[in-house]
Amino acid sequence: MRAFNAVFTRDLRVAFRRWSELAHPLVFFIIVVTLFPLALSPTSAQLRELGSGVLWVAMLLSSLLALDGLFRSDADDGTLEQLLLSPAAITVTVLAKVAAHAVVTLVPLVCLVPLAALSFNIPLVALPTLVLALVLATPTLSVLIALGAALTVSLRRGGSIVGLLVLPLTSPLLIFGARATDLGINGEPTAAPLFLLAALAALALALGPIAIAAAVRVGLE
Amino acid sequence: MRLPRWFHQLGSPPHVYRLADRLAPWLGTLGCALLAIGAVWGLAIAPPDYQQDEVYRIIYIHPQTAYVAMMAYVVMAIASGVGYIWRLKVAHAAAVSAAPLGAWFTFCALCTGAIWGRPTWGTYWQWGDPRIMFETLLLFQFLGYMALRSAFDDRDKADKVTAILAVVGVVNVPIIHYSVEWWNSLHQGPTIMRFGSPAMTADMLWPFLTMVLAFTLTFYWLLLRRLQAEIVEREGDARWLRELAPEGAQ
Repeated sequence: MRAFNAVFTRDLRVAFRRWSELAHPLVFFIIVVTLFPLALSPTSAQLRELGSGVLWVAMLLSSLLALDGLFRSDADDGTLEQLLLSPAAITVTVLAKVAAHAVVTLVPLVCLVPLAALSFNIPLVALPTLVLALVLATPTLSVLIALGAALTVSLRRGGSIVGLLVLPLTSPLLIFGARATDLGINGEPTAAPLFLLAALAALALALGPIAIAAAVRVGLE
Repeated sequence: MRLPRWFHQLGSPPHVYRLADRLAPWLGTLGCALLAIGAVWGLAIAPPDYQQDEVYRIIYIHPQTAYVAMMAYVVMAIASGVGYIWRLKVAHAAAVSAAPLGAWFTFCALCTGAIWGRPTWGTYWQWGDPRIMFETLLLFQFLGYMALRSAFDDRDKADKVTAILAVVGVVNVPIIHYSVEWWNSLHQGPTIMRFGSPAMTADMLWPFLTMVLAFTLTFYWLLLRRLQAEIVEREGDARWLRELAPEGAQ
């Protein structure tokens, strides 16, 4: 637990010292969300129908943008090797890094999505569902992103491949997240997709760190 | 626990190469013979379907292709896992050989599905259909695997990294499968006719199963031949390989 706290606070501190990088995914998200109405020039009723899908896709795409910094800079300056040498379990260290990354990149995104949702005429009553679905999707998403980052940590030109690796794996999140949002908009019960999102989160948090730790270890060999 | 001897021998490239050389002709002959038998049986002898008439006959090709595609992923993942845990180079070579085969079979499953979809559903491609979506995502996973592999220069590292990806992917395959199944059913009942609700009659079932076996054997035949090629590439000019080569080629 001490190791978790140490890595977590250290990663947060490093992230906030380079805060302009933190803003990139947010700006990207806003741009993507703006591009969709420009391309489709929809009526407000159509906007509401498209909205949840557009928001979830934009959220997935912009979360990919931030993943390069997760392991790369620490691997470059040797910090990651030192962390692996420490007596703490690698899975704990990795989980702390993933958590810190999620806090600095995904949480601002999650805060931004409801605002964008309002601009898409998504009714206020659906917002709690949307936020809950996003919160439940965040652990899975951050584990998958971290996995992509870990698998490509030793590659110079890894950036373009990561999308290929991570996006197909995120499709269940997209399905259940967008479905929950849609059901919320229509005022139908949303428990089923939300429970499924929670189950995915539990699975990702249980198994993900093992895979990420293995990938990091191989990457630094 | 002591591992049996034949298991140890599977770690040795020369042994596996010779084993594959002995097995492959049998698999190839049997697979191709069954393909021919099943094709004639299914396409000419089996009775036409009462609903779909002659169009249904693609059922002797399409489901088998899709099934082999999924099997290829499982084979790839198991080989990757074995290779990662026991550090067997041969297992990694097998995983590498399975990936392009799996991608091709997935692609063929999508194509044959589109050919079947046109006369029965009235469209080649239906974005809402769970099985089409599943196969498409499976194809993406194969492509991701191969892209990741080709990004590495160091073969050992590529083996291990892609092994992790394959194992993660195989955990994800059932999740994707069920999520696309539930994707629309959460919302509405299946709108597209599904095959298989009336059980197949025996004179359709036997050629169907013959084709399943034929596709499986053919897949393993192709896999063994690819594995041999992969071993040759990896072993470079090892002595046992030079001894195998014909006199003039040395």
